[in-house]
Amino acid sequence: MAREGDLKLLGLVVSPFVVRVRMALSMKGVSYEYIEQDVFNKSELLIRYNPVHKKVPVLIHHGKPICESLAIVEYVDEVWGGGAPPSILPADPYERATARFWATYVDDKLFPAWIGVMKAATEEEKAEKVSQTLAVLLHLEEAFAKCSNGKAFFGGDSVGYLDLALGCNLFWFETLREMFDVELIDEGRTPLLASWAQRFGEAAAVKDLVPNVDKAVEHAKKMRRVFVH
Amino acid sequence: MAEPVKLIGTFGSPFVHRAEVALRLKGVPYELILEDLTNKSELLLRHNPIHKSVPVLLHGDRPAICESLLIVEYIDEAFDGPPLLPIDPYDRAMARFWAQFIEQKCAKPFWMALWLNDGDKREVFVKEAKENMALLESRLHGKRFFAGDTVGYLDFAACGLALVLGVLAEVTGLSLVGEDEFPLLRRWADDYTSEETVKACLPPREQLVAHFSGKKDRIKLAVNAMACQM
Repeated sequence: MAREGDLKLLGLVVSPFVVRVRMALSMKGVSYEYIEQDVFNKSELLIRYNPVHKKVPVLIHHGKPICESLAIVEYVDEVWGGGAPPSILPADPYERATARFWATYVDDKLFPAWIGVMKAATEEEKAEKVSQTLAVLLHLEEAFAKCSNGKAFFGGDSVGYLDLALGCNLFWFETLREMFDVELIDEGRTPLLASWAQRFGEAAAVKDLVPNVDKAVEHAKKMRRVFVH
Repeated sequence: MAEPVKLIGTFGSPFVHRAEVALRLKGVPYELILEDLTNKSELLLRHNPIHKSVPVLLHGDRPAICESLLIVEYIDEAFDGPPLLPIDPYDRAMARFWAQFIEQKCAKPFWMALWLNDGDKREVFVKEAKENMALLESRLHGKRFFAGDTVGYLDFAACGLALVLGVLAEVTGLSLVGEDEFPLLRRWADDYTSEETVKACLPPREQLVAHFSGKKDRIKLAVNAMACQM
């Protein structure tokens, strides 16, 4: 088990990508030093350890940085793999490929769509982005049916890689509901995702790591002041 | 008896090449099914309904595996043979990081820079492409290939760059990279395309030049239309 001095995480409380990594570390029972970043005023530390993208999360292990949240989750799974800590990725190569495919899909298609809702300048733009988000979620509903095989999570009986990849976005859906009265995952359209979201929210492995919606609302307002004209 | 492997691809695609070279390095026999992407087959649309793109890997009866870099990882994990990704977890994380970087930051600016009519817009993309190439150049210091002494995952991820620097420069008549710029990358492009296994699944250069020359007008039309919407 890593000593605290060996492992640091540069993060932002409300970043779903950071939350995802924190959930992975928590599943492995690994302790680390968490250093909150101000993404509107980037620190020398962040720029030094992620000069290419200057983004969080950055995991620093024995002084070496690892960037890009999905690469970090795979790293964590490999370094703290075997034995007692649960495996995050499935064992079977085909299931691994499927989990990675949908995780990439979440980041490439779902994230830009819901961020678009948050940043929309006009009602028209917001409606379009909501529509895009719903279309993507319909595909993820089908993915859940195939991946879960009738079980509770994408990963089967317990939370896995794809649960983390999608689940870390859920608190933002609640935030958007509060701010704009939009319902993104609902029982009518995506019943499997709706009940999965409930189970994910209650899962012991990840429960305490979901930030307060108030914090996300505050961050969203700041983002809109900076980015929306 | 080994389950049959089929690869749905299209001529000249660096993405399809990634999957082919991975299969060959593992010594896995496969059937290559070439698509005409202007007239996609029912087979392709059925197996990749989300992205409708190539490559698509079919291994036995399993549902399709899509997305070229994921296919390479699958091939590495599902078949015996020399490892395609590094063994060490940190090196693996680095390889995945830089492959993502190439996908997100390199492919588009170069593609746009090659085919845009508007000189000013082209310059913007050339500048961006060169900034990103400088970062890739630094990854080759002291190494023959991105993966080390032999080709690996990150070299396959970068294979499109070899196409851009060679064949596409000839087809467009545009040398976006000066002769004294990025010596390590230009040397890498030559070494990569002459490597034995890579060469065996790359069409001859003249064929690639002819293929892209034939598509030139269509590509320019699409790229310039896209640029107007940006």
